[in-house]
Amino acid sequence: MSAPTATAATPDLVTVNIDGRDIAVPRGTNVVEAARLLGVNVPHYCYHPKLPVVGNCRMCLVEMGVPAVDRETRQPVIDPATGKQKINWMPKLQIGCGTNATPGLHIRTTTPAVRQARESVTEFLLVNHPLDCPICDQAGECDLQEQAIAYGRGCSRYIEDKNVKPKHTQLGPRVMLDDERCILCSRCIRFTKEIAKDDVLGFIDRGSHSTLTCYPGKQLSNNYSLNTVDICPVGALTSTDFRFKMRVWFLKQTNSIDTESSVGANTVVWSREGQIYRITPRRNDEVNDTWMPDSGRLLYKQVRAENRLTTETPLADLIAQAKSLLTGAAAPGSSGMGDSPMGSGGMADPAMRTGAAAPSTDESSVPHNPHGRVARATQSIALVASARSTMAEQYLCKKIADQLGIPVGAIHVPAHLGQGDGLLVSADRTPNTRGALLCGLATGLPKPQLTQLAADIDAGKIKTLLVINEDLAEAGITPEQLAKVSIIYLGTHANATSAAAKVVIPTQTVFEKDSSFVNQQFRLQRSKAAIPGHPGTHNDLVVLSHILVNLGGHDFAGSPIAAWSRLSEETPELAGLDYLTIPETGRVLDSTRFAHLAFPETEGLHYKPAAERQEESGARMQESEARP
Amino acid sequence: MSVIQVQRKPLSLAERTYIPQILSGMKTTMKHIVAKPVTVNYPEERPEIPPGYRGVPTLVRDPHGREKCVSCQLCEFVCPPKAIRITPGEIPADSPNAHVEKGPREFEINMLRCIYCGLCQEVCPEEAIWLQNVYSSSGYTRAEMVNNKQKLYELGGTLPDTHLKWDKKKAAAEKH
Repeated sequence: MSAPTATAATPDLVTVNIDGRDIAVPRGTNVVEAARLLGVNVPHYCYHPKLPVVGNCRMCLVEMGVPAVDRETRQPVIDPATGKQKINWMPKLQIGCGTNATPGLHIRTTTPAVRQARESVTEFLLVNHPLDCPICDQAGECDLQEQAIAYGRGCSRYIEDKNVKPKHTQLGPRVMLDDERCILCSRCIRFTKEIAKDDVLGFIDRGSHSTLTCYPGKQLSNNYSLNTVDICPVGALTSTDFRFKMRVWFLKQTNSIDTESSVGANTVVWSREGQIYRITPRRNDEVNDTWMPDSGRLLYKQVRAENRLTTETPLADLIAQAKSLLTGAAAPGSSGMGDSPMGSGGMADPAMRTGAAAPSTDESSVPHNPHGRVARATQSIALVASARSTMAEQYLCKKIADQLGIPVGAIHVPAHLGQGDGLLVSADRTPNTRGALLCGLATGLPKPQLTQLAADIDAGKIKTLLVINEDLAEAGITPEQLAKVSIIYLGTHANATSAAAKVVIPTQTVFEKDSSFVNQQFRLQRSKAAIPGHPGTHNDLVVLSHILVNLGGHDFAGSPIAAWSRLSEETPELAGLDYLTIPETGRVLDSTRFAHLAFPETEGLHYKPAAERQEESGARMQESEARP
Repeated sequence: MSVIQVQRKPLSLAERTYIPQILSGMKTTMKHIVAKPVTVNYPEERPEIPPGYRGVPTLVRDPHGREKCVSCQLCEFVCPPKAIRITPGEIPADSPNAHVEKGPREFEINMLRCIYCGLCQEVCPEEAIWLQNVYSSSGYTRAEMVNNKQKLYELGGTLPDTHLKWDKKKAAAEKH
């Protein structure tokens, strides 16, 4: 690997000269990457920054020279014309991807020889390449198409018949192969072998008859198979799901986060006119390199799933119903309406205010303490919040719990655990467990089964449940127990809990709202809304802030920016951060407050569990002590 | 500014009789009475459309009846008023044109939006969309003014094809 990460700790810089400009790069950087740092594009097909270098496409050929040294005296040879050290240019071109930077290395990428080499490679690649661009899904993001425009002849000199190869090979459940388009770069083979560790692909036959194929009796079916489609420089490997759906030039790209597990792989959501067509990985060298699991790419289907919850009831009515359930459960006491925070709560929408007031049964009976909070009259409400919610949503959940006087013991955050695959799907299948810990919603590690809640319901202690996007049936609450309580459900999809709920407020998926999550490395990352909300759904944050205002709390106006301004004030780890300044690659937060927790994640790409990290640093310290 | 006094010339005798003027006017009238009319009795009679005329955009088939469009969506992309809307689809494996792989499942051109610029025809890599000699389209509703795929093929018909690229490709595959 030639990525400039290995020497990051001890910067060992070497200066190379590319097209007459000097640049200092870490030792081990190859010429393609060094040129990229200078903004010089060296075209390539087989080279990929995260894969081993093979150098078989020959597209990155450049002129290369090294400073001349006298063989006898070992002294630099000075060119009398310039007064500088003479450069010995190599008689033939060298590949940029396979050449690492050495001190004084000189590179020329714009000479006629280099251009001719690129033109020749392009012509050879196009000899057997089919004229499929109008029907090829890669068109618009195809390396070969781009280089053919830059270095192609425009017409073919080839008069023989083109090779005929199989055009519809199903390599696996999600990947389709068109062998005629393959330019034999072997990126997919290297990926399956080195990254996915599922060595099923290979070339058979020789020369121009070489064909990419799967090992007999095997399939490219691992959970990372679609990465081969992403790295394929041409349209040979295509996604069965995305095939023939939409041309890429129509799609809008939105930076997002894969929410299927606590890895938080960085993604790009590709959408057109409010419909998502595909999700691809976004490079983040600290989190997911350039990869993502196949399972995360299918998450967009939840937006238009059949069991998506929608409503035609105005949000104000739903909030009013929720409020009457919550305040009814909070206190059967008495207090005047006079000092109701409703008036000062800053509810912007007058319709909302009247809507909230109209159907309420015992609204006037909400007692308030001097701080404007609902009194801790009873503890018959429990909150089931979600580690799938965003930071701002979790913070508002916490505020609602505080407002209702729900004790810490009655706030439940169910865990969703699975097996970590050692790469980019971790054992914690929620994106934001750390967020819940940071904002104080969860006080310890979430557990998958809510046994405490079940016991409380059976004991009659809990009468009302506010559930945020969690299926209680999954968390071990039986249908009988669900029937015993009044449930207010905020969620995206129908499930046993929404079926049992008295009030259902349909909310939005991660693709429809601006959100932020804290992944397993305590890295705070931001995901942007890719599409407008599904008709009949409401933004979670808007719903939560309306509930909070109706209970007399602070008005966050349903905006993550407003929620974040308070959240970062109240959370020491987030001090100085605000929603808009979260960097694209995320920000690692201080995690010392949670160092004692045994998180379920096992080792993955760019992640080591805290225990192993400590052992390692301990070993390193011992080493350094032993050295002198 | 000073005022310039214009002297009006008195009319000559011939002018005062008005006869030369009437005669020259009658000459023009007579010429047009005997000349071939430049108008046609539209809509019973239709004008002859010269070649290269840019009428309503249509979809065409090749001489073997294969629909030429492969739904590459370049016309949709290039269309300045965004009149074209294509839903791409896969050609089923049992179709005689399965080797083309891709074809439009639906193809709509909104003639209320179309500006007859011809860019769709110019950009088409398969020579499937042509602005032909249909110059008049009308309807009572907006929906009627959207030409769907079936209507577009009815309007377009068949055009000769000098390349037959896909037939060659199929022949090569069969030879193999």
